[in-house]
Amino acid sequence: MNAPRPRYRDRPHLRRRYWNQPQMGWWERAYLFEVIRGLAITGGVFARNLAKWLRGRKGAITTAYPEEPRADYARGNRGKHVLTQRPDGSPQCIACNMCATVCPARVIEIEAGFDPADAAHPKYPARFEIDYSRCIFCGLCVEACPEDAIRMVPEVPDFPGYDRQRMWIGREELLTWRPLRDVAKPYPAKTLPPRGTP
Amino acid sequence: MVQDLIIYVIYIAFALALLMGFGTVLTWVERKQAALMSDRIGANRAYLRIPFTDIKLVWLGLFHGLADGLKMMVKEDWRPRTYDWYAYMVAPWVAFTPVLLVFAVIPFGGTLVPAQIFPALEPWYGERSYPMQIAQLDAGLLIVFAFGSLAVIGAMLAGWSSANKFSLLGALRAGSQMISYELMLGVSVLGLILIYGTVDLDQIVRQQSGVLLSVLPAWGVFLQPFAAILFLTAAIAENKRIPFDLPEAESELIAGYFTEYSGMKMGLFMFAEFIQIAIIAALFTTLFLGGYNLPFMHDGGFSFPGGYELALPHALVVVLQVLTFLVKMLIVCSFQILVRWSLPRFRYDQVLRFAWKFMFPLALANLVVTAIALWLLQGAA
Repeated sequence: MNAPRPRYRDRPHLRRRYWNQPQMGWWERAYLFEVIRGLAITGGVFARNLAKWLRGRKGAITTAYPEEPRADYARGNRGKHVLTQRPDGSPQCIACNMCATVCPARVIEIEAGFDPADAAHPKYPARFEIDYSRCIFCGLCVEACPEDAIRMVPEVPDFPGYDRQRMWIGREELLTWRPLRDVAKPYPAKTLPPRGTP
Repeated sequence: MVQDLIIYVIYIAFALALLMGFGTVLTWVERKQAALMSDRIGANRAYLRIPFTDIKLVWLGLFHGLADGLKMMVKEDWRPRTYDWYAYMVAPWVAFTPVLLVFAVIPFGGTLVPAQIFPALEPWYGERSYPMQIAQLDAGLLIVFAFGSLAVIGAMLAGWSSANKFSLLGALRAGSQMISYELMLGVSVLGLILIYGTVDLDQIVRQQSGVLLSVLPAWGVFLQPFAAILFLTAAIAENKRIPFDLPEAESELIAGYFTEYSGMKMGLFMFAEFIQIAIIAALFTTLFLGGYNLPFMHDGGFSFPGGYELALPHALVVVLQVLTFLVKMLIVCSFQILVRWSLPRFRYDQVLRFAWKFMFPLALANLVVTAIALWLLQGAA
C-alpha cells in the first residue's frame, strides 16, 4: 500500500526529511562534501555568467536602471508623455489646447505658432511644456486629443531633482519618441472620395 | 655590489607593486565575482574623467577601489577617548606590516641571469645569477609563520586600546582563533616538509618540477592532497574571512576589533586583509601548486614525462615564470573569494571545535601516515 521508501543508506547525499525534524546523515556531518557541492553550484553560476558576459550577452538578471529601460513596466503603463510626429518630423499637434483644458492638474502649457507654408496645418505648438512636479499621470490629455498627437509611453520620466523648476519637459524632449512603424495618421491626408460614390 | 643592489631594489619594487596591485584589484575582483555569482551586474559607476574632455573611463568599475581609497583618505579621522592612545595609533600598522614582510621569502620566479637577457650588461654583470626572491633564507617557511603570527598582535592591540566592549570581544575572538589556526597551518604543512626535506621555499618549488607516477607533475597538491585542503582552510580562518569571520561578525559585534577605527586606519585593516588573500595565494601556489613553474618546467625549459626535452631561451623562461606565478596566484585568490561568497558563517564555538577537534587530529593523522609511507618507501629503496 505504501510506496517503497528510497533507501537513504545507499544514497547518503539525500537529506532525510521528517515532518519536523531534519537530521543530518554522516554525509552532511562530514561537511566537506556538502561544501564542495555548494562551491560547485556557486562556481557554476559564476562560470555561466562570466561566459555570457565574455560572449557579449548580459549575464545578470538585474537592470542597469537609468541607462537600460526596465522590462517590468506594463504595456499600458502611463509613464511619460510623448508627442507623435509627422513623417517630416514636425509634431502632429495642432495646438488646439484641448489637453491643457482637460488636464485636472493644469500642468500643460501650449503656445501656438502660425506656419503659413503648411496649408493643411497652419497652427502648430511653438512651445509645449509639461510640469512633472504636478502631473498626476491620469491620461486624460491622451483621451482628449483629437489628433492622436500626445501619448503616454510605459517608461517613467527620469528626473529625480533638487528643484521643482527643473521638472519641466519641453517640446524637444517630447519629440524624441520616434518609432519607425507607428505613424498615427497618413500624411499627406488621404483624399476622401466625394460623397455619394459607392 | 652595486649590481646586486640594483637587482634587489628592482625585486623589492616588484614585490611591493605586486602586493599593492593585488590589494587594489582584489577589491574589484571581489565585487565583480560576487556580482556574477549572484546574477548581478556589480559596481560599475565610478569613473575617471579625462580632464577637459567628456570622456569617462569606467572600465567595468575598476576605479571603485580608487574611489574607496579617496573616500577613506578624506574622511574625518574620528578617534574615541581611548584608554591607550599610542596602542590605538600603532595597531593598524602592526597588523599591516607583517603581512607585507611575509612576501620577502616567497620566490616569484626562477633564477635570473641579467647578462643573458641584456647582452649589453655582460661586462658589468658577468655570469652573476640571482634567484628571484627578495631574501634567500634557508628558514623560509619558518619566517612565513613567524611573521604571520605577528598579525594577531595588531588585532589584539586594536581591540584592547579602543576601550570598547565590542572591540575587546572581537579582539579576544581574533586572538583565540588566529592562534588556533596558526597552529593548524603549521601542522598541516609538516607532512610536506617531511617529503621535501627542507623549509627553503625556493628548494621546495624546484623539487616540484619533477614527475610523479610518470604522468603527474610532482606538485604538493598531488603529494599531499589532504594537507592542501587543511592548509587552505586554516589560511582562510587565519585571515578571518567568511566562513570564519567571527572576530568581525557584524551582526553581533558591529565590526569587531576595528569598530572604533575610521578613515584610512580602518582602510589599513581592510587592505591588510586583501593583501593577506594574495599572500595566502602565493604561499599555496609555492607549497602546493608548483610555484612559479608550469608543469614539468624548470629553469632550462621543459622535461616532459616521456623523456621529451624542450629547451627555452632564458628571457622567455623568466617572463613565463613570473607570469605563471601571477596567474596561479590570481586563480587561488579567486577561489578564496568563491569560498567567501558561498559558505555561511560558523558559530563561534564551532570555529574552535572545528580547529581542535576536527582539523588538528586530521592534520596529525596526515603527518603520521606521511611519515610511515616515507619510512616504507625509503626502507624499500
